[in-house]
Amino acid sequence: MTVSIGLAAMAVAVVLGLLGAWGQRSPRPWVRFTVGAYTTVIRGVPELILLLLIYYGAPTLIQDAAQAMGYTVRVHLNPFVAGVITIGFIYGAFATEVFRGAFNAVPEGQREAARAMGMSPLLALRRVALPQALRIALPGLGNVWMVLIKATALVSLIQLEELMRKAKIAANATHQPFTFYVLASLLFLVITMVSVAVQHRAERWANRGHTAAQGGGDG
Amino acid sequence: MSVAVVWEHWDRIVDGAWVTAQLTAVSLAMGLLAAVALAAMRVARHPLLRWPAYAYIFYFRGTPLLVQLFLVYYGSGQFRPELQEVVIWRYLDAAGDQVQITLWDYFRDAWFCAVLTLTLNTSAYTAEILRGALQAVARGQIEAARAAGMSRALLARRIVAPQALRIALPMYGNEVVFLLQATSLVSTITILDLTGVAQRIIAKTFAVYEVYIAVAVFYLVLSYSLILLFKGLERRWSRGKVG
Repeated sequence: MTVSIGLAAMAVAVVLGLLGAWGQRSPRPWVRFTVGAYTTVIRGVPELILLLLIYYGAPTLIQDAAQAMGYTVRVHLNPFVAGVITIGFIYGAFATEVFRGAFNAVPEGQREAARAMGMSPLLALRRVALPQALRIALPGLGNVWMVLIKATALVSLIQLEELMRKAKIAANATHQPFTFYVLASLLFLVITMVSVAVQHRAERWANRGHTAAQGGGDG
Repeated sequence: MSVAVVWEHWDRIVDGAWVTAQLTAVSLAMGLLAAVALAAMRVARHPLLRWPAYAYIFYFRGTPLLVQLFLVYYGSGQFRPELQEVVIWRYLDAAGDQVQITLWDYFRDAWFCAVLTLTLNTSAYTAEILRGALQAVARGQIEAARAAGMSRALLARRIVAPQALRIALPMYGNEVVFLLQATSLVSTITILDLTGVAQRIIAKTFAVYEVYIAVAVFYLVLSYSLILLFKGLERRWSRGKVG
């Protein structure tokens, strides 16, 4: 459960991060402003507040707004969806920063050259910019993932039955809180260790054909 | 949307912000002290010094703060009889009766557990930042200073510390902001910090998003004040540095 929330939220974060990085390069000022506000606000407010705001606040806000317009609606968010959306939304801001740095690191001339060769902007993105940016972004994304997986413990607070919540239930039932919280923490530690291993392999894969003399990936 | 709710409870929100600030400041100060010792152990040559520090840092960085908090606050309950055995100090109260303060009296207190956990947590992250900074100081400089006849203490003070601190400062600034935000978790162990206060007010008034948004703005202001502070420090400390 923890892993599935983590993966789903990471997918949301990566998509938002790519959109955000793209938005920051947009010629339209309001798009840039929106992305800027997004990353500024998210990084300045604790995850817990955002989670509670989205899970408890958003439904009431919608209901109040609907009522003001003369409708009566009842909104109830599924904890899984709320958890995934919130965590994905929060870490999307961090992913945006990672991707922004990565895309900036790809020389502008390459994009121009690709366009001059007759590639469409999308093809240029896919064949030239993205593979290089991804290589640069991987370590940063790995960090985002590490923080994100630990943040999933928070969704236990909105009653979702992930690792932490299960530990709490077991702790209450058996009166052995220490045992079960240690167990939960060790499981998180295992997830972290597996993630480090996977990240290592992913970085090797992304760095293939890239010789160390050019700086490797660890600048 | 009723902003009135926020004004009505303004004093309590400010009190909560004060609790948040205190928790952050106390844990940061103690965490930094512990981190210096940990970082020194981490770069030591002797494995008996290096390995415990490594395991400590790995554990506290690899597990969620919420789990650590519950482990200390709720988990300590499992050892209540043992903790009650450990007498920290005794005194006579006004009536002349002897009062014993045991370790359990500390672990029963949410404030103690919160500060303890936050300190343990931030010291692990800070130690790792310090280690990175220490190791980033160029080897040649250290060798040159030794060759020039500097003592180890002088070398540490004049060559390593100024550079390592400058390298560590931006990352430490991030850690400070993270810790500020992490303190919001202490609301789950009954402390009335900014988040805890918000939950109390909401339970009473049902003004869910108004209060959360107000509190979010508080955190935002606190976070960016810290970020600006560290930017300023960085500018001051990097004087005389070329490039």
